[in-house]
Amino acid sequence: MALTKVFVPGDAAAVSVGADEVAAAFEAAGASVVRNGSRGMLWLEPLVEVESDRGRIGFANVEVADVLDLVSSRSHSDLLNHPGCVGVVDEHPWLTSQRRVSFARVGVVDPASIADYEAHGGWAGLRRALSLSPAEVVQEVTDSGLRGRGGAGFPAGIKWKTVLETASELKFVACNFDEGDSGTFADRMVVEGDPFTLIEGMTIAAHAVGATEGYVYVRSEYPHAVAALRRAIDAAYTHGYLGADVLGSGHSFDLHVRVGAGAYICGEESSMLDSLEGKRGEVRAKPPIPAISGLWGKPTAVNNVLTLCAVPMILADGGAAYAALGTGRSRGTQVFQLAGNIKQGGIVELPFGVSLRELVDHYGGGTLTGRPARAAQVGGPLGAYVPASGFDVPMDYEAMAEAGAMLGHGGIVLFDETVDMARMARFAMEFCSIESCGKCTPCRVGSTRGVETIDRIIAGQDVQANLVLLDDLCDTMTKGSLCAMGGLTPMPVQSAIKHFPEDFEREVAPG
Amino acid sequence: MTTAAATDRVALVRAIAQQHLTERGPLLPVLHEVVEELGHVAREDVEAIADVLNLSVAEVHGVVSFYHDFRTTPPAAHRVALCRGEACQSVGAEELYAETRGRSADLGDGVEIAEVFCLGNCALGPSGTVDGRLHGRLSADRIDALTEGWR
Ligand SMILES: Cc1cc2nc3c(=O)[nH]c(=O)nc-3n(C[C@H](O)[C@H](O)[C@H](O)COP(=O)(O)O)c2cc1C
Ligand code: SF4
Ligand code: FES
Repeated sequence: MALTKVFVPGDAAAVSVGADEVAAAFEAAGASVVRNGSRGMLWLEPLVEVESDRGRIGFANVEVADVLDLVSSRSHSDLLNHPGCVGVVDEHPWLTSQRRVSFARVGVVDPASIADYEAHGGWAGLRRALSLSPAEVVQEVTDSGLRGRGGAGFPAGIKWKTVLETASELKFVACNFDEGDSGTFADRMVVEGDPFTLIEGMTIAAHAVGATEGYVYVRSEYPHAVAALRRAIDAAYTHGYLGADVLGSGHSFDLHVRVGAGAYICGEESSMLDSLEGKRGEVRAKPPIPAISGLWGKPTAVNNVLTLCAVPMILADGGAAYAALGTGRSRGTQVFQLAGNIKQGGIVELPFGVSLRELVDHYGGGTLTGRPARAAQVGGPLGAYVPASGFDVPMDYEAMAEAGAMLGHGGIVLFDETVDMARMARFAMEFCSIESCGKCTPCRVGSTRGVETIDRIIAGQDVQANLVLLDDLCDTMTKGSLCAMGGLTPMPVQSAIKHFPEDFEREVAPG
Repeated sequence: MTTAAATDRVALVRAIAQQHLTERGPLLPVLHEVVEELGHVAREDVEAIADVLNLSVAEVHGVVSFYHDFRTTPPAAHRVALCRGEACQSVGAEELYAETRGRSADLGDGVEIAEVFCLGNCALGPSGTVDGRLHGRLSADRIDALTEGWR
């Protein structure tokens, strides 16, 4: 059976473990290769899929040495007997038990093909949006209950309404694709695997708020995503989805990609706006809010990648369909990212409300090392450490807040029993001292003091007194910082102390 | 002290800046291109950029110094950047980083070992880049293999 078509992910994670070499080997062997996105089963990468009349059959952890064997397979049973075979990928229980909305096309379609996008339901949301008035589009998004996925969870519809109602000849849509949190990669994967969804979401947002220009601010650590997005934007212009007259509607929308320059703080929206304007990425005091005075002082809708990528589906199927998923005030799905010391890391998209334990144990399969899990940090470097005993917490905004934690951008970093929580607390302070924009003292100086204080605690010097000092310091940072960088750094620190006091009170031999 | 090379450099930098003049907020794209073409942002580049973009030298300098990406010294011949983010730490990144720094000279002449905080490859850590290319599941042995040609 000659191979007709194989899918070898071009996703950066797959590439990081050899997918480019595997793709080249398939091409050299005469196969026709599509560089799809990743299915999000990252522990299986490179996960190669071979097209067959029974569907796309997957092969895990393929190496160059496996390629000839796969190419020369004569029959289905040959293929199915290959040691890395995981069966028909679309029937894999890890995928079929998820509820993929924002990630529905990722890994399935060819991200370079605008025709493929359309064939898989693309542009339906934009077409419907253009048939509605801006206020109707905003209402649909409000009805969906969609909240910002960048971390703060602010209702997208309310933000858009403010931009829409602020009169100005020039307005902007700005996409926050800075994704600086450790343990998060969903923005990257959706853009690399399905870039047209972001373009469609931004074009709908532009129509809704009355913007004619859009900017995507991508971190420089993501060159694959930048390339995928630029290629897709070019195709969208060619096919009339961007430009002076979007789909003949008379609306004009131009979309630009801008690359960040290695500063975590530029993920904070006002810092990002300054960076887009070509300035130092320092945090602006609020008010004014960006929705009223954003880029170059004009009304600007700033949203995270995943927020914008949920919009096409909301417009295509209606806000009510999206709101039917989820729980309480957390509507729709959340794209969870399983990372760190985890056996089965990757993307799990499910309605809000699933427990952390189900994500870590059932989907994640426990730790990579096989040792008992001790803690998970949820929501990035500013998120709390949750002890294994607390993993039953439901993953929604309110329940997490009640548990003294936050969902953030949905990243989950698992640690096994060997983790030293005093060291992780020290790192939180160190990270803050490195990445602080320097504008306010509690953050800039407090974080450096924090590192020194934890160093003394680790060395066993006046532990009780230094713990009190550290607590005071955290209090000052929480109350006195201009933004969440300084304001939330105490979260990982204090949660580590609260749940793992033994790591901070080790016996040190008197000397 | 204007050598031909220095004049060429300034001309190139001015041309880069010129190309971005029609964009809104062109400074970051200009600086990125200068680093890409010339390896770093030199003192004279700052002046040329400020002049073309009609900004003050202090303003351009302030931006250059704010961002990690805009280096002001020529880059090393080779660069290994290892992730120190929490997810990579959970699978041994701190040890790998310390150990790799300790033996950078063994990897080859003019090798720079740098730290980064998250490359978006947090399920396949420890992650890092070797001369700009992303790698996952790094170990000391893997770094040896990837840098073999440098020795
Ligand atoms: C220190 C800091 C870093 C942040 N980093 C990001 C980021 O990388 N990506 C993001 O979308 N939002 C980030 N945010 C949140 C943004 O400030 C903002 O809330 C978000 O872009 C709004 O979009 P949304 O409502 O769609 O979430 C960060 C906030 C802070 C304080
Ligand atoms: S809290 Fe830190 S990062 Fe935020 S504005 Fe203040 S100094 Fe800048
Ligand atoms: S924490 Fe290392 S790649 Fe994200």
